[in-house]
Amino acid sequence: MNSPMHSPGTLIVAMLVLAAGTYGFRLAGPLLRSRLTFPPRAERLMETSAIVLLASLVATTALTEGHGAAGIARPFGVAVAGVLAWRKAPFLAVVLAAAVATAVLRLVGVE
Amino acid sequence: MYSLWRTLDRPLLRDIALVCLAVGVIGLSYGAIAVASGFPVWFPVVLGLLVVAASSEFLFIGIIAAGGSPVAAVLAGLLVNARHLPFGLAVPDVLGRGAWRFLGTHLMNDETVVFALAQKDTARGRAAYWACGLGIMVCWPAGAAIGGLAGTVIHDTGAFGLDAMFPAVLLALILPALRGDRDKRRAALAGSALALAAVPFLPAGLPVLLALAGLSLTTARKEAVR
Repeated sequence: MNSPMHSPGTLIVAMLVLAAGTYGFRLAGPLLRSRLTFPPRAERLMETSAIVLLASLVATTALTEGHGAAGIARPFGVAVAGVLAWRKAPFLAVVLAAAVATAVLRLVGVE
Repeated sequence: MYSLWRTLDRPLLRDIALVCLAVGVIGLSYGAIAVASGFPVWFPVVLGLLVVAASSEFLFIGIIAAGGSPVAAVLAGLLVNARHLPFGLAVPDVLGRGAWRFLGTHLMNDETVVFALAQKDTARGRAAYWACGLGIMVCWPAGAAIGGLAGTVIHDTGAFGLDAMFPAVLLALILPALRGDRDKRRAALAGSALALAAVPFLPAGLPVLLALAGLSLTTARKEAVR
């Protein structure tokens, strides 16, 4: 492995730790749900929390890049998708419109 | 497993196939970037199979390629993936039974969770979750392998607007839940605003977790706490 500065062994261990830790995060939720009983309202709250996480993923991946703003093309594409989705356009049209609108803006030089 | 495929109708399968295809194309650039950074082709492929969470893998590869320490790369990746804990609290019923559950747990990611939540009942949610999860398990590493071998053929996925597809997929699938529920809408808007405000100051992954503070605006929480 000719990656800068690290031996293959180190990188493989790092990869395994990341994989195991990620699996641990995935496993923790279902384990907690099977071990403990939650009141119905707490269960509803858990579903809402997933929606909140996904919504904030939409916001951050649409509008930011690294620690700054994402420019114009991508937010515009996602906004087009949002309008189409709100008007109940088919999923396929919504997702492809996001890509096309963004690509067209970039094609004409708007980043 | 047979009943799983019977539960899926054509339009849903087509939507899932589109998302898997997009994931595969992003995998092309992920593999190409990893190999261009000095990793052997198998590394992004195996990382993709074992972690199956794109943003953490991009980050891991990027930090190492920039000369960062493996410890920093692992911690950054784990921080980004911490959201799988609350995801697992929300969708414990779609992960399968018996030994299948171990694989079902591994398939948990943004796309599978959002497809599961967007379905009307648990059977359909489970079918969508598995179909999307298995599709990504194939397309993501396969994309990485092809991208790694082909090198910089599709280096700039930005030119095709692919970076806009991921947020568009999530948005399209959560909108129905937001439309019908004022509580969720308020929490989602507040959480997103909070996450956006935090992006300039916090490492990747944390702003999204901070968004959970938006839950304090829901009435469900007030009643649950009481």
